[in-house]
Amino acid sequence: MKLRKNVAVSEAGLLFNPVLGESFSVNPIGVEILKLIREDKSVDQISHTILEKYNTDKATFEKDYHDFIGILYNHNLIETNEETND
Amino acid sequence: MNKVRYERPVIKKLETGMPNKFGTRMDYEPLTHIDGHSVAKMLKDYGSPLFVISERIIRSNIKKAKRAFETRYPKVQFAWSYKTNYLNAICNIFHQEGSWAEVVSGFEYDKAINLGVDGRKIIFNGPNKSELDLTKAINNDSLIHIDHLDELYTITELAETLNKRPRVAIRVNMDTGVYPMWDRFGFNYENGQAWDALNKIMHSGKMELVGLHCHIGTFMLSPHAYGVAATKLAELALSIEQKFKHEIKYIDLGGGFASKNTLKGSYLPGTDTSPSFNDFAEAISTALLNSNFQKDKLPLLVLETGRALIDEAGYLLGTVISNKRSSTGRRNTILDIGVNILFTSYWYDHKITPAQPFTQYTEDTCVYGPLCMNIDVIRESTSLPLLNKGEHVVIHSVGAYNMTQWMQFITLRPNVVLIDAEEKLHLIRDKESLENMNNMEKIPEHLRKIN
Repeated sequence: MKLRKNVAVSEAGLLFNPVLGESFSVNPIGVEILKLIREDKSVDQISHTILEKYNTDKATFEKDYHDFIGILYNHNLIETNEETND
Repeated sequence: MNKVRYERPVIKKLETGMPNKFGTRMDYEPLTHIDGHSVAKMLKDYGSPLFVISERIIRSNIKKAKRAFETRYPKVQFAWSYKTNYLNAICNIFHQEGSWAEVVSGFEYDKAINLGVDGRKIIFNGPNKSELDLTKAINNDSLIHIDHLDELYTITELAETLNKRPRVAIRVNMDTGVYPMWDRFGFNYENGQAWDALNKIMHSGKMELVGLHCHIGTFMLSPHAYGVAATKLAELALSIEQKFKHEIKYIDLGGGFASKNTLKGSYLPGTDTSPSFNDFAEAISTALLNSNFQKDKLPLLVLETGRALIDEAGYLLGTVISNKRSSTGRRNTILDIGVNILFTSYWYDHKITPAQPFTQYTEDTCVYGPLCMNIDVIRESTSLPLLNKGEHVVIHSVGAYNMTQWMQFITLRPNVVLIDAEEKLHLIRDKESLENMNNMEKIPEHLRKIN
């Protein structure tokens, strides 16, 4: 799973998708997760990093993580498998 | 090492200028304490959900209301509307502040008597007063507000049987220029029903006509309508005086003053649109002072406002059960507060504030209760900060009607605590238990065994 290459994410949490001309606001933990996705970290690595820093449990984070990824897909911010294979 | 407070990741599309039914974010600070008491601690000690009532706010509201009317009109009397909130401790706060009792059933009447209210200071309203209720009220010299002719004839008969002279008023309904016009209670002014009933009372000679009563609606946003009502009741009173040389002792304008809650469908919040006590007092007092009463014969002004005095004194604390998404991607948050204990969520967009710190990030959210019923919706659309499972929320302005119209449905009704003016906490109503519920039931012999 990869974030689209041309999607720009600022440290302050502003995300811009130039293909569709859409802008988004992302909270700080969301920015951290996007950064880890960009670094090709696996779900387990991302989960480990977040649980080290934040006061939450694995089950809660994983539920919220998958929910977040689902929304990224909905907004066309993640490359689909077909695109990745190309 | 101290870990950072967790907030779930969110991404929100920026749509400048687009209409949004979820509205803008309303809260910038959490409500962690109520009158000096930690929300989290109260929930830990008394369970979740939990009703919390602030005695400080109740007393402050009644003082504001009294000041608004007493500085404009010489003779004012408040009567506490039992149906708004008849928890004994709450009624007694109002009685300590000088309010009479305004009741609408035999149950409420007995409640007032049990609390030690002087029978002469109980106003008995409503369409359903049994002969037993009326007998009690007549014997206690209470103020009986007649709702219909059947009741008028019953009181006439009881007056003869008991050899007493009941003190009565009639409830008058009328067109005050607001929609919907309430005409199901009492006698109509415009078509002459009210005048007809008053003549029947005066000609019978069996009752003492002491007052005139109206209650023009609920959650009224127009003080002007009260001015119209006061003028019409004043005209009736003056007509009685002219025809029968009989003085009407009081005019009761009922209740219905809006609280600061926001009605569903309102464009602006109730805090911006609801009139103040001063607005209502100005309209009513001006109408009565401008009527043709002689200066030394102004009637006592009785007010039965309930909602506006207690709504904002009540808080409902609860806990987040889960966050999920609907089929359309909308955020759904489930609380342990259902519509069975928050009846007013059917007509208000209640303000919900998190009870712990939050960031500026919000999600458009539908807030559901815990009941396994589709109708259990607390807020259809609101912009809420990001709440985690197990975190707490405070629902504002729930003091009116919820603790009387609540239902034991699927879940049991929770504890109610009162924080007094010295910030001491008191449990004023125990939460229900399975035992409470089972105590009222009986199983026939042939159904006792199931195996």
